[in-house]
Amino acid sequence: MAAPTILAFGSGKQRKRWLRPLWTGEEIWCQLFSEPGAGSDLASLGTRAVRDPGGDWVVSGQKVWTSLAHQARWAILVARTDPDVPKHRGLSYFALDMTAPGVEVRPLRQLTGEAEFNEVFITDVHIPDADRIGEVGDGWKVATGTLMNERVAIGGMSMPREGGMIGGAARAWREHPERRTPGLHDRMLRLWAEAEIARLAGLRLRQQLAAGQPGPEGSAAKIVFARLNQEISGFEVELAGAEGLRYDDWTMRRPAHADFFGRGPGYRYLRAKGNSIEGGTSEILRNIVAERVLGLPSEPRVDKDVPWKDLPR
Amino acid sequence: MSIAEAEAAGKPGERAPDLLYSEAERDLAGSLRSLLGARCRPEDVLGRLGGPGQADRPGETEPYDTVLWKAIAGDLGCAGLLVPEEQDGAGASFREAATVAEELGRAVAPVPYLGSAVVATTALLTVGDDLTVRELARGDVTAALAVGSESAPGAAFPLTARVSGPKSSDSRAGVHRLRGRVRGVADALSADLLIVPSDGVPHGLYVVGTGVEGVRRTPIVSLDMTRQLCDIDFEDAPARAIASGAEADRALQAALSAGAAAIASEQLGLADKCLEMTVAYVKERRQFARPVGSFQGLKHRLADLWVGLTQARAAARYAAACLADVDSDAPLAIALAKSYCGDLAVRAAEECVQMHGGIGFTWEHPAHLYLKRAKAASIAFGTSDAHRASLARLADLPGA
Repeated sequence: MAAPTILAFGSGKQRKRWLRPLWTGEEIWCQLFSEPGAGSDLASLGTRAVRDPGGDWVVSGQKVWTSLAHQARWAILVARTDPDVPKHRGLSYFALDMTAPGVEVRPLRQLTGEAEFNEVFITDVHIPDADRIGEVGDGWKVATGTLMNERVAIGGMSMPREGGMIGGAARAWREHPERRTPGLHDRMLRLWAEAEIARLAGLRLRQQLAAGQPGPEGSAAKIVFARLNQEISGFEVELAGAEGLRYDDWTMRRPAHADFFGRGPGYRYLRAKGNSIEGGTSEILRNIVAERVLGLPSEPRVDKDVPWKDLPR
Repeated sequence: MSIAEAEAAGKPGERAPDLLYSEAERDLAGSLRSLLGARCRPEDVLGRLGGPGQADRPGETEPYDTVLWKAIAGDLGCAGLLVPEEQDGAGASFREAATVAEELGRAVAPVPYLGSAVVATTALLTVGDDLTVRELARGDVTAALAVGSESAPGAAFPLTARVSGPKSSDSRAGVHRLRGRVRGVADALSADLLIVPSDGVPHGLYVVGTGVEGVRRTPIVSLDMTRQLCDIDFEDAPARAIASGAEADRALQAALSAGAAAIASEQLGLADKCLEMTVAYVKERRQFARPVGSFQGLKHRLADLWVGLTQARAAARYAAACLADVDSDAPLAIALAKSYCGDLAVRAAEECVQMHGGIGFTWEHPAHLYLKRAKAASIAFGTSDAHRASLARLADLPGA
């Protein structure tokens, strides 16, 4: 996610310094956006960046749900540079050196047992002003660009029929005739149909992009993918019957990614719960569809014109 | 075909047909939408159904708009889309035919496009009845396949009509006589010709004129007032044989498959229009001093409907593409499209009624036209459940 942002908003010097080692994999980047108090309402985040007399920045705060933070050399970071203006306007975007003094990374163990993600504690960390990306106060604009790239990446994968999570469920169905019931059969057929149609919708989305007709269908793809993964994996656990009472492994490990195809249905069921939260909750995505695609009015906003420091917390 | 067999045969599900609308399709849809916008507005459709008194006497109403149909069939050439140019048709493909169905669904247009230009035409093209195909393609004549509206692809050959012996007065060779009754036929009230599956030795398909002695059509008070059904009685009706045995089976299956695929696109168009109407209404309608469309309770349901439409469109376009390309994946594509689009259209129409509140429950608002069409169409050409059940075989997911 860092590369397109640096490409779009970074200075020539910044691009030269960061992009090559990023592409080669020599330097891993992570993303310091979400905070314990700022999830869906990311713009309300409270990590503070205060300018020192030399024009550089001193940053303090806590970030959460950061993949790869324990391996990353750099991070893209959004912090509050002006608490006296409404929340969207007081943010700025930085590159943070993860080896700088005051950066502490702790694994965040998730409900599956392992820790793909981290918490990052930032205490009086010095960031040179040269590592700011975009103008002071433009952080929201830059961050929004980053998040759009994330959603496109989640929605647009190409796969063959039964290539996704439905493949495992269908195989289990075929291998275990003794577990079939009329009720499960109906669910199997419904899920198979929905998964295959979602695959076709993904294909259609990519055809639209290739034809230069980018649409908002990416948000739809993510909502569907999250719900289907959850329903299919839940179905799989039930289909497994007594086997479904076992779990493969609760050991605390540090995987870099979700492992949907290497592990058991119990893991898939639990890990899929994150699909409707990470990268924009399904509820926020529905708001986006309702307001930006359908043009429906937003809910009355109480925080729009209030300085961030005066918002109730 | 099982998944394993499909893979051996070149993975039909993994080919990637074009699921977008071509420029020609967009042009055709645009012309049709303008025509319907001028001549088939919801109030026009409602007006045809008359007052409450008339709706109780369906025989006296004129639910099919034959003038509009002439314009769509003849002027726009929609009657001959599936017919090759050398047979007086437009030489288009099933993609264009599906696009037209989608537009007609948006308008709940009371025209016999589906029954005549898609279903009957497909049957006649399959058996190669050149003369009748030409008449249909030009829009001079309208035909209907005389089967119950609920008949699904894969249905057994209907045997409620049967061939009776020729009358002694039948001097001409080749004249057959049909007896029996077919219930609940769509698009037959406005038809000039009926294509009748009949029992005999062997069973076959017969063409019967609706104006002749021995054919009686009795209108049914139908749930979908914009596609009124009728029962048809044959009492030694004179008929012409067009196919028998396996060829008749093949023609019937092709016709029902085409109908199921086209009605999926019609349902897609209907759902799209319901969402459009509802979104427009909730932006306007104010309660609690704000547009009701600003409440998340409605917004999220509408967003989900839009998400459903992105899925339905992919499914409907895939089914149309499979029929256009004579892809062996067509049966599976049709089962997916008909089940998904059918369910989605019902949900869209139900949400349309609900989110319109009181006005949506009135006769004067057109929401009920969409609800009735959606619910009836979800049964026509096989219920969603029946189509999903067929996936058990098509996708190798056998039952208990």
